[in-house]
Amino acid sequence: MKSEQLNKSSEIAAAGPVIEPGHTFASVTDKISAIVLTQKTPRFWYVGFGISFMLLMVLLYSIAAVLTIGVGLFGIMIPVAWGFDIVNFVWWIGIGHAGTLISAILLLLRQKWRQSINRFAEAMTLFAVACAGLFPLLHLGRPWFAYWLFPYPSTMGIQPQFRSPLVWDVFAVSTYFTISLLFWYVGLIPDLATLRDQARQRFARFAYGILAMGWRGSAIHWHRYEMAYLLLAGLATPLVVSVHTVVSFDFAVALVPGWHATIFPPYFVAGAIYSGFAMVLTLAIPLRKMYGLEDFITLRHLKNMAEVMLATGLIVAYGYLMETFMAWYSGNIYEQYLMWNRMFGPYWYMYWALLLFNIAVPQVLWIRVVRTNVVALFVIAICVNVGMWLERYVIVVVSLARDFMPSAWGRYSATPWDYGVFIGSIGLFFAALFLFVRFLPMISIFEMRELVHDTEEPK
Amino acid sequence: MNSAEARKSQPLAIYGLMAEFDGPEALLEAARRSFTEGYRRMDAYSPFPVDGLAEAIGFHKTWLPLLVLIGGIIGCAGGFYLQYWASVIDYPLNIGGRPLNSWPMFIPVTFELTILVAGLTAVLGLLALNGLPMPYHPVFNVERFQFATRNRFFLCIESADPKFDYEATRRFLESCGPQGVYEVER
Repeated sequence: MKSEQLNKSSEIAAAGPVIEPGHTFASVTDKISAIVLTQKTPRFWYVGFGISFMLLMVLLYSIAAVLTIGVGLFGIMIPVAWGFDIVNFVWWIGIGHAGTLISAILLLLRQKWRQSINRFAEAMTLFAVACAGLFPLLHLGRPWFAYWLFPYPSTMGIQPQFRSPLVWDVFAVSTYFTISLLFWYVGLIPDLATLRDQARQRFARFAYGILAMGWRGSAIHWHRYEMAYLLLAGLATPLVVSVHTVVSFDFAVALVPGWHATIFPPYFVAGAIYSGFAMVLTLAIPLRKMYGLEDFITLRHLKNMAEVMLATGLIVAYGYLMETFMAWYSGNIYEQYLMWNRMFGPYWYMYWALLLFNIAVPQVLWIRVVRTNVVALFVIAICVNVGMWLERYVIVVVSLARDFMPSAWGRYSATPWDYGVFIGSIGLFFAALFLFVRFLPMISIFEMRELVHDTEEPK
Repeated sequence: MNSAEARKSQPLAIYGLMAEFDGPEALLEAARRSFTEGYRRMDAYSPFPVDGLAEAIGFHKTWLPLLVLIGGIIGCAGGFYLQYWASVIDYPLNIGGRPLNSWPMFIPVTFELTILVAGLTAVLGLLALNGLPMPYHPVFNVERFQFATRNRFFLCIESADPKFDYEATRRFLESCGPQGVYEVER
């Protein structure tokens, strides 16, 4: 786009707009709702959805195999009883965190730039948490007994062990999913009403009408709506911090060298936000290009996200540094060996690749031109996604493979079924995301109208 | 004129009169004027939240925060009691003589359940107070109302208002500078 080229130079000088000038209430409404209602579904959508759907079939096939034959198909063994399942679980749930951060924390901080990216970031959260939830369930071995994790009056007369972080995890993740879903749906209600009123086909009017529940934009309703949204944001903010803290407790409460560290909660939360923003960039950059949404998701948004990524990346780097320092400073031979093993043991390449992707590469974000270069940002975001996955692999597998007694050491390698479920979960994530951009407005329409109104006002 | 006469004698035959505006400022101004004029049974409709609009039509306080607080307290107390009951009363396990009521270990689940119940209360409370889902509402009978979710702003004075008078209210709404004034059928 020409305006983008023009903007690029001014972008570097000033912060740049959060919405390109010249838009009206009608134009933002029509442009965003047209993607769902009237525009012909673009070819890349079919290609993208097709590939994702095939990967989803890989997931279903792998799950069917694991359910019929058992978790023996996975690479897990003793001592590495937590393989890909837990690595993927932590990775996915971390990705989800950016969505809540963008919608809740940035709302409380009154950051206007969140308004064009919050909707699909929330959708991303929802699908990422759904993917995350899959893994511990499969890892149970007998997922059909998953309800045993919840307290209920069972005929066996037993109760869950509430002193275990694994039970905390059940409550944290299921609460997180529920609250994310509610937050997303409440945000959608006014936009569903817009789609109901804009749609011309009978079925679309009916379906969006049911989902909009008769929303009519009454001033009194808006008043309560804003209050509810604010309260949900206030509730979701401590929730998102608590969820990854509880996930980190799964490790920190155990005695395994490399897990038993007090730095885990803050370092996990920062890592979650880091990987989440990387995933938002990974999704936002192609979406804005394909659907021509450069007016709404401007370079300002990309630049701000890059800055959040740089900041949280540095916190993560500090975490790595402290882990290494504490291993040396503790004087504990097991901790020291663990660090040596990470760097030079059988999985050495994982650790160095992790440092390269997570710490070294993102440092180029210090350069201002890189922060507004779409291609560079996309590449860096992919690197961070990979790096954060490797981080969880290093924490889970490398720590377990060699703990205290050399007689109990082992060597983990993933099987095709591990890869099948992992790659398949990526298929589930993208298939859900493609359906979302096809059937629901990927940018919050009413918040864009608000933004148009606010930017029009003389300051 | 005949039909208007008839409506005047039976004010409840229509739901109300609705004026259309092209901007939030015009709607806000009209809402303020209607309130000072003495109208109370009215509602304003906008495609996005307009600051001060609810206050302009005389709505000041929502009970929602109180409901959410109550929900949070129920979640908190209930969540803790759930764990206390399970670990101390129903299924006590003596592990090396450690206390059964190890309350610091019950905090994470208590916290999560506080958030869960408070969040559910916020959403269900919002829907209940707003009376949603609502399958039918008379304002949708106005054809122009489909733009209330796009770029148009509406003010509806209901016929149930004691001060409602078909002619006078219509004249009043027209004096507010609207794009149009419509009858809202029941």
